[in-house]
Amino acid sequence: MNTVIKIIREKTLQVFSVLILFYLMLPLLVIILLSFNKPKGRQNTSWNEFSLDAWTNICRDQTICRSFSTSIQIGLLVTIIATILGTMISFALIRHRYKGRGTTSLFVFLPLATPEVILGASLLALFLNIFIPLGFWTILLAQITFTISFVVVVVNARLAGMDPRLEQAAMDLYATPFQTFRLVTLPIALPGILAAALLSFSLSFDDFIVTSFNSGRIVTFPIYIWGAAQRGIPPQVNVIATIMFVGSLLLVLLASLISKSRKAKV
Amino acid sequence: MSDVQNLSLIKSIKNRKSRTPYLLLIPGIGWLFFFFLFPLSTLLATSLQKPAGASPDDGFLPAFKVSNYSLALVEYYPQFIRAFTYSAIATIVCLLLAYPIAYYMAFRARKYRNLMLVLIVAPFFASFLLRTNAWKTILSGDGFVVTFLNSINLLPQGRILNTSIAVIAGLVYNFLPFMILPLYTSLEKIDSRLIEAAGDLYSPPSQSFWKVVWPLSLPGVVSGTLLTFIPASGDYINAELLGSINNKMIGNVIQSQFIDLRDYPTASALSFTFMAVILVMIYLYIRRAGTENLV
Repeated sequence: MNTVIKIIREKTLQVFSVLILFYLMLPLLVIILLSFNKPKGRQNTSWNEFSLDAWTNICRDQTICRSFSTSIQIGLLVTIIATILGTMISFALIRHRYKGRGTTSLFVFLPLATPEVILGASLLALFLNIFIPLGFWTILLAQITFTISFVVVVVNARLAGMDPRLEQAAMDLYATPFQTFRLVTLPIALPGILAAALLSFSLSFDDFIVTSFNSGRIVTFPIYIWGAAQRGIPPQVNVIATIMFVGSLLLVLLASLISKSRKAKV
Repeated sequence: MSDVQNLSLIKSIKNRKSRTPYLLLIPGIGWLFFFFLFPLSTLLATSLQKPAGASPDDGFLPAFKVSNYSLALVEYYPQFIRAFTYSAIATIVCLLLAYPIAYYMAFRARKYRNLMLVLIVAPFFASFLLRTNAWKTILSGDGFVVTFLNSINLLPQGRILNTSIAVIAGLVYNFLPFMILPLYTSLEKIDSRLIEAAGDLYSPPSQSFWKVVWPLSLPGVVSGTLLTFIPASGDYINAELLGSINNKMIGNVIQSQFIDLRDYPTASALSFTFMAVILVMIYLYIRRAGTENLV
C-alpha cells in the first residue's frame, strides 16, 4: 500500500514538472509557429496560412533590421563594460577583507532591489535636470547601471566556491602576484565571467522598461516591438526572435559539448 | 632566499593587499554612485519641484512642494494597492509552481537536470515583449484555453484577456524562472542523506519535508520571492498588453506621467514613494526571515 502511494507521489511530481516546462515553452512555440504565418490583417495573432515570406524577406521593413542592429551594438558595449566593472567589484568583495566590505555589498545589492521603472525614471530625471540629450549614449549608461549588479552576483557565486589555497600554493612556488592572477585565479573564474557576460547581453538586448525612459528617438528592438504591438507585430519580428532563440540554444549546447570533451580529456 | 628577503616579500604582499580592493572597487562603485545613487537624489529633488508655467513645456522650478506627494497618493493609491496585490498573488503562485519542479530537479532529475535548466532559462532568449504578446494568442476568446474553461463554466466574465486574471497570469509566467532558479540552487545544496536519515528514524515523508527540506531551502525561498515580487510590482508591460484600463498598476502610472503627460514632479513623487515602500518591505521581510547573504 505504502509503495503504491509512493509511486503515485513520484509520478505526480514528474508529470507536474513536465507540465511546468511545457507552460514555460508554450509562448515560444506560438512565436515560432506564427513566424511561418501569413497574417490575414495587420495583427499576426491567429493562424491563417503557411508562408515563408517573412523568412525570405526579413528586412522588408528596414526599421526592424535597423533596430535589431542598434540593439546588438548596445548589447555588446554594455556586456564589455558591465562585465569588467562587475568582475572587479566581485574580486574585491570575495578575494579581499577590507573596511566597508558590508556596505559595498549592500550598495551593490540595492540596484537589484530597485524596480526597473524607478531606475529608468531616476536616470531620466537626472538627464532632464542637467540637459543631456537622450539617445544612444543615455541608453548605454542606463543599461550598464542595472547590469553591473547582476554580473557581481554571478561572478561572486563562482569565486565563492574557489579554494583560496590554490593561490597561496602559487605564491609559495614563487609566482608573482600577476602570474598567480593570470595562471590560477583568472582561469578558475573564467566560466563565471563568461556566464555573467552572456547574462549581461541578454539583459541588455531584451530590456524595454529602463531603455524606454532614456531612449529619446533611438529605436531598439524591444522598443520597435512595443510600438508595433498596437498596430500589429509583423511576422519578421517572430523570425528574428526565433533565430535568436534557436541560436542561443545551439550556443549553450556547443558550450556544454566543449566542457564535456574537456572533462573527458582530463 | 634569506629570511629578511622573505619577510619583505610578505610585507609587500600585505601592503598591496590593503590597497587592491579599493582600486578594484573605484570604477564600478563610482559608476553606481553617479548613475544609480545620484539619480535617485535628483528624483527626490524633482519630486518637490513646482511648475514654471501652465504647460509642462514651460519646465519646472526647484521648490519644496511636499503637496506633490499627498496629491499623487490621493489620486493614485488604487494603482499602488493593485500593484502590490497583483505581485503578491503572482509571487505566491510562482512559489507553489516552482517548488515542486525545483525539488524534482534537485533530487530526482539526475541526467535530465541540465536539460531542464536550459529549458527554464531558454524563454529569456526570446523577447520578453513578444512572449507576453504571445499570451494574447493563447488566451484569446476563440482559443483553446478560453473555450475549454467556458465549457465548464469556470470563467465568470467569459474571457481571460483584459481581466486581472490575465495580468496576474502574465506576471506569473514572466517571473517564474526567477523563482525556480534560486530555489533549485538552495535545494541542490541539501545532502539527500539527511532526508534518508529522517526516514530511517520513522519520520513520515510530510514531516521530513517540513522539518528538514523546507527549513534548509529557506534562503532560496527568500531570494526567489524577492526576485519575483520586486520586478513584478514595478512591471507595467503585462498590465498594458494583457489587462484593461481597470487593471493599471503603479508602473503604468509612473510611465505615462513621465513619458506621455510629462508631469515630472508627480511622476517622481510616485516613484520615490514606491521605492521607499519597497525598501521598507524588503527590510522587514529579510529581518523576519533572518537571511543576510543575498548577494
